[in-house]
Order: sequence, then structure tokens, then C-alpha cells
Amino acid sequence: MTEHTSTDWEPKIVAFLCNWCSYAGADLAGVSRLQYPPNVRVVRVPCSGRVNPLFILSALRNGADGVLVSGCHPGDCHYTSGNYTARRKFALLKRYLEFVGIEPGRVKFSWISASEGPQFAELIRAITDEVRSLGPATRLVKRKEVS
Amino acid sequence: MSVTDEIREVAKKLLREKQVELVIGYEQGTLPMRTRPVFVRSEEEADRLIWTGWCENDLVGYLAGRDGRTAIVAKACSVRAIVNCIRESRLKREDVVIIGVRCKGILDRGRVQDLLKGRTLTDAAIEGDELVLSGSDFEERVPCKTVLREECLYCTDPEPAGADYVVGPEAETKAVEDEYADIREMEQKPLDERWEWFSREMDKCIRCYACRNACPVCYCKECFADSTSPEWLSKGDALEDKQFFHIVRAFHTAGRCVDCGTCERVCPMGVKLRVLTRKIQKDVKELFGADAGTDLESALPLATFRPDDPDDFTE
Repeated sequence: MTEHTSTDWEPKIVAFLCNWCSYAGADLAGVSRLQYPPNVRVVRVPCSGRVNPLFILSALRNGADGVLVSGCHPGDCHYTSGNYTARRKFALLKRYLEFVGIEPGRVKFSWISASEGPQFAELIRAITDEVRSLGPATRLVKRKEVS
Repeated sequence: MSVTDEIREVAKKLLREKQVELVIGYEQGTLPMRTRPVFVRSEEEADRLIWTGWCENDLVGYLAGRDGRTAIVAKACSVRAIVNCIRESRLKREDVVIIGVRCKGILDRGRVQDLLKGRTLTDAAIEGDELVLSGSDFEERVPCKTVLREECLYCTDPEPAGADYVVGPEAETKAVEDEYADIREMEQKPLDERWEWFSREMDKCIRCYACRNACPVCYCKECFADSTSPEWLSKGDALEDKQFFHIVRAFHTAGRCVDCGTCERVCPMGVKLRVLTRKIQKDVKELFGADAGTDLESALPLATFRPDDPDDFTE
């Protein structure tokens, strides 16, 4: 890991957003011209239930400093129950990753609806600030091959 | 009649009456303290079956994908693993005859090796509640209770509930005050200390995958660890790969792990794998009130949900 200073390092955050709510919420934030940090890289997924824990760990492994998973509010899933089953999975995963020593601020879950553009912008601001204060991720990160 | 004799008798009866084509059990291994799986197809072969405190590995993995009815020698934790397989449509209840053994606990080879202090063991017989260790110039008796595997100390009910045949003397149920005391203790430690522990423990791993291969609930045809497209983790022995593998392997047992302890028993490096699986097992119990392998009816905890499931972890 290279040395960093607050000026040359910007956190990279991967956001898995569900197509029906959170992605639309992010879109609304955009068309409403709301300002939020450009540190987030959005991956559009059909449903929060589509997000395999392997995706989250792979993101961390491949250099993400933070990961966000967001879907429709419970009860509002486009597929009726995708986010409900996702919620059980993530409730366990979050506790488990913290148990083995992954910083709580690295992996975040939230529910953002298609009408919650301002909330999305606020969430990204909060998460970016938190990841920035944690500094670059070092845990689980794949180290470069030494030739 | 010894437990071994009882097992043989049941096996012979099942084979004679053509109720099953195959009985899966344990036979004496070539070394003391070792047993190996045996596949019995005739009454004569049934005399190879044994039961001792050294019947370590879970045999449930051999059941799936077999044609015809199969009998299996199973202790309480193996019965839970079978129930789990049936719940996941991996097995049909009518295809398996469970010869349930009231198990007194599996003995720990590591602890016995420590007692031996380098002396060569020629026999490790179990007589009643005593383990008789003998070599060319010594004989030593130790109570079995002092050399039990850790997971067996936590086992509260050795009764193989739901088995078709139950062998062995009435087993005593134990009261364990808090079976997750060590997990709670770990949870209270600072984050960096937990990470340090996790890194140190995972660093021992040589990625032989014995834990995965022996696990009765780990049965994907293609494991994420073997997948090349996508290639989730590299093939080397880098620490981050080992950590990645073990995080995901343990997480894949969420709501399914029956804490039989096979993963830890087969680990050649003594990695404390059950700390991971039991952390998840504890959370599944606390959050969703589910205990794997205890009943054939209720839905699997991660395949179902309640509208009022905990939501305190979200932003």
C-alpha cells in the first residue's frame, strides 16, 4: 500500500444499487442536480437479492475502500420479497465481517426508494466521509504479484 | 452387547432383509486412533463395522447422489446433517436408513499425542469410560472425558433424534451454561485484535480444502474456490486468499452448519474453523431463532424471511 496524504488519495466506493428503487433514486439525485461526492461507482443490479456476498468481498479484494448495497424499502420490492431475503443475508454478513475484523464503515447497507434523490445524495456524502476517515482499505486487499 | 455388536446386528438385518443395498459406517484404520469409512454390501462384510471414540469424520457426504436405499451409521450431529440435506432436497428421507448411535463424544488425537510425549502408540482401546493407551513398554489409562474434542464438550444432547434404529446405552444430556461464551468473548475484543487473530489463524491454512471436502453441508458441484470464470480468488498461498476462502466457506454454512466439528477435526493445520461457523450459527439463532438440522418441517432460515426481521444494521 502506497503512502497517502489527504490530498492525493480519494476513496473508491462501489455501490450495488437495485434497478427499481435505489438506482432510480440515484438517477433522481442526478437529474435534480444534487451535489454528492464523485467517489461512488455504481453497479446496477436487478434486485438487492441479486447481490452475492462474493460481490462485496471481491470489491474489497480488488481495491474498493467501501461497499454500499442498496435496494427498495422492505415491503416495496419489485419482486415482492427479494430485499427481505437479502436483508437476512446481509444482517448476518455485516455482523460476521465485523467479527473477523473488517471495519464497520467499509460495508454498508441501506434502503433508498426511487423518490429519495436527496436521501441518496446525503447517504453518499455520509459514507464517503466515513470511508475517507478510515483511510485506504488494507484488509482482504489482493496484493500485487511480485515478479 | 457393545455398540459395535449392535451396529453389526442392525446392518446384517437390513442387508439380509434386503431393506438396503449398502451400509455406510466406520472400520478400524491401520493406525491406532484412526478409523476409516467402510461400505458394506453383504452380511459377512458387516463384521468390519465398528464404533469407537475415534469415529471422527462425518459420513453424510457419501449419501447424496446414490441410487437405492442406503443405511448409515450416524451420531446425533450426523443426524442433524442428514435432516439438513433432506430439507435442502439433497436426499429423500425414504432413501436413507439412519442407524443412530448414542455418542459419548469423539476423542481428540492431539490431546492424546500430548499425553504420549513422543512414545509410539500401538493400541488405543476404549474400555468403558477409560481410554487404554498402550505401546511396547507402557500402558496408561486415562478417563475418556479428559481427552474429548472441544465440540463434543459443547454437545448438549447426544440422542440421535429421528433415527430409524438407535443403538448404545441411554445417553445423558448435559447442561452447557453458555455454549457461545468464547464467541461472545471474541466479540468484545477490539476490532484490530479480532483482525489480528483472524489473520494469524488463517495464515496456518495450506488450502488443502479438507474442511470443505469433509463438511456434510458443503456439496456444491462447483465450489466458488475452484471456479475459474469468474476467478474469485487466486491459487497461491497469499494470506488474503486464505482469508477470502474461509470467510466465504463459513458463510456458505449459514443457517445450515450443524456444528459436527468435522471441519476442525480434518484440518491438518489445526485452524480454529469453528469460531467462524459458530459465530454465524449464534447469529442465526439470535436473529432468526433457527437451529440447523433440528426439524424436517420449518423453512431454512436464509430461504425465508419475516417482515419484522432485524433492520438495525442498515443506514
